[in-house]
Amino acid sequence: MLRFAPTFAIAILCLPLLAGTAGTLLPAFGYLPAIGGDRLTLAPFAALLAEPGLFRSALTALATGLVSTFLSVAIVALFVCGWYGTRTFATLQHLVAPLLAVPHAAAAFALAFMIAPSGFVARLLSPWATGWDRPPDLLIVNDAMGLALVAGLVVKEVPFLLLVTLAAIPQSPVMAALPLVRSLGHGRTLGLLLAVWPGLYRQIRLAVFAVIAYATSNVDMAVILGPTLPPTLPVRLVGWMNDADLSRRFVACAGALVQIGVTAVALLLWIILERLTAAIGSAIADRGLRGQRERAVRFASGVAMALAATVVFGGLALLALWSVAGLWSFPDAWPQSLTIRTWEKSLPSVAAPLANTLSIAGLSTVLSVIIVLACLQRENETGRTGGNRALLLVYLPLLVPQIGFLFGLQLLLVSGGWDASLGALVLVHMVFVLPYVFLSLTAPWRAFDRRYEAIAIGLGASPSRVFWAIRLPMMLRAVLVATAVGFAVSVGQYLPTLLVGAGRFPTITTEAVALGAGGNRRVIGVYAFLQLALPFLAFAVASAVPALLFRNRRAIQAA
Amino acid sequence: MGQDGIGGAGLQPLVLDHVSITLAGRQLLSVDATIAPGAVLSVMGPSGSGKSTLLAFAGGFLDHVFCATGRVWNGATDLTALPPQERHAGLLFQDPLLFPHMSVGGNLLFALSPSVKGKAQRRAQAQAALAEVGLDGFVDRDPATLSGGQKARVALARVMLSKPRFLLLDEPFSKLDAALRQQVRDLVFANAKRLGVPVLLVTHDRADAEAAGGDIITIGDEAP
Repeated sequence: MLRFAPTFAIAILCLPLLAGTAGTLLPAFGYLPAIGGDRLTLAPFAALLAEPGLFRSALTALATGLVSTFLSVAIVALFVCGWYGTRTFATLQHLVAPLLAVPHAAAAFALAFMIAPSGFVARLLSPWATGWDRPPDLLIVNDAMGLALVAGLVVKEVPFLLLVTLAAIPQSPVMAALPLVRSLGHGRTLGLLLAVWPGLYRQIRLAVFAVIAYATSNVDMAVILGPTLPPTLPVRLVGWMNDADLSRRFVACAGALVQIGVTAVALLLWIILERLTAAIGSAIADRGLRGQRERAVRFASGVAMALAATVVFGGLALLALWSVAGLWSFPDAWPQSLTIRTWEKSLPSVAAPLANTLSIAGLSTVLSVIIVLACLQRENETGRTGGNRALLLVYLPLLVPQIGFLFGLQLLLVSGGWDASLGALVLVHMVFVLPYVFLSLTAPWRAFDRRYEAIAIGLGASPSRVFWAIRLPMMLRAVLVATAVGFAVSVGQYLPTLLVGAGRFPTITTEAVALGAGGNRRVIGVYAFLQLALPFLAFAVASAVPALLFRNRRAIQAA
Repeated sequence: MGQDGIGGAGLQPLVLDHVSITLAGRQLLSVDATIAPGAVLSVMGPSGSGKSTLLAFAGGFLDHVFCATGRVWNGATDLTALPPQERHAGLLFQDPLLFPHMSVGGNLLFALSPSVKGKAQRRAQAQAALAEVGLDGFVDRDPATLSGGQKARVALARVMLSKPRFLLLDEPFSKLDAALRQQVRDLVFANAKRLGVPVLLVTHDRADAEAAGGDIITIGDEAP
């Protein structure tokens, strides 16, 4: 059984991807017999190019994606090099880490509630500083340049990149290099940037590529924060895909190919940028610049990191407050009354999406964890890790724009009559949950002291008994954390749920994004709060269960 | 496999029959020796000389990067033909490696053969094994609350309770301080002798090897 686990995992990761891409490709060239396309033609592309503002939509997707990735990587690089090993670093790290569990849509709402013209920041400053007694007529959220979208992407990607970098640090001699660069007379930021960051970056490169792929092709954040006239390309594509006029599906698929191209161009530009940065870096190093006047840079990176955490957490608290707010007029910073009426009114309609969210997330996560455990156990027995190729396969679903294969997958499922089934939804979620479970469990699994297993086997225990009685209980905490990560990823999925669920399986996330258009802050507050509460509950359970189970076992508590 | 007395399994010699281990074409060690029941063979060598691979080979845990030839016999049983869990190799490392999620008693019960039936009977045997190493009444303790010497003794009780055919000791005393070291060392060797278990010890410490009182092989001389 275990022998087939890796093959099975690869199938889960790749088959939907391949089938979906093929399913997008054919309709893009006019072939989809189910809705009357029975010959290959370039007509969908002609129709696509005739869409007004198409170039601008593609460009904003490209630009917001690249700029946000650049800012995120720069903040993380400067922060790690400027602060690693200090108390500030530890504090901020713990502050930022939970942001990883916040679904993209909830983070977007949190930001919007903070910075909108009628948002919290404006309320705090009004009327005493701004003179406003009504919300100013400014386009802050949904601005045409996509600045709000860039900000949203940055606050969400910085925690991810920071955690990936922290995971890479043990394999990189950061602390060892610090006294060395200091003794050569370098400031710590520049010294570490030149001496250590290139090595760290090589290890997080795939994660950065995944960030670019998401940032250039995301729909959920762009709907809430992005420009509207016209929206970014991915947002428009989803609109066409859900158009009542079925023939728009062809245009949507052609557009999905263009979107794959946009993401590919972004990756290409990024690789050029990598070369450029490396060249600049070695030029600086060759000239022997020491970078001792670094206070401003260090300060800025620390502030950026703290700001990311404050904005999102503040915004999330704000969401919760809105959900219980009575009358709350501008420019008051606190509602005139608190009431649970919004919750009472929303609860009946929340029940079904909540049940869907829990069952989809629960099933896809449990199945993913089982598959990943089977793969790791197989690796344990054979001693073969699969190396970099396996890692690339795991990252594959994160490197391809979701739209590129989800459209095709939806069309395939529709023609097979399997769309809008719980099974199909769980499977699609697994495509995204499995990689994160794998990435989060691999390092602790491989770090396990295998002498425990040798001892147990020497005591006469079979491999399966060693797994169930020794390995699994000792790794329970890591397994549960990976489960919580997978659960959070599933809860946050917007596009797969929307497209494959075909509207029949609304979840908290799809409802929240849909409500965003309506602008009822109190109801948005309810949904965004739930969206946030679910992953946090999962993490709370993940830390409470081992603490309870092993309450009399000090060594495993500390581990 | 005789579970009812140590007799059957314990009284056979351990034979390292032309064992040779290489890494990427370089020979790490070559050993041909017989260890009588209750006797100790010490293999000495500096760290990095690959002496631990000999234990891994005998126990069945040798990493795939190493290449090994030769056989290991327990009397007439070819251990190299058996899967690791059927070899009954008792392992002691420099860390006691008590399973941290189990109580002291749980660690011992894990080692006790399933052929010993009945909860009370099993618990009684675990308690007796603890008493034998001077830890009477420690059954319900959390291993993390024990001192270094106590942990080492629990590890010994655990391995002896599993009725091993032979003991593989990998620098088992190197992390103990001098006074404790003597004490634990004597306890281990006395137990092995009493039960008639052949012992293969690898160490870089000549005092350990001499205290064992058996043959000493030195490997890795040419290492820099």
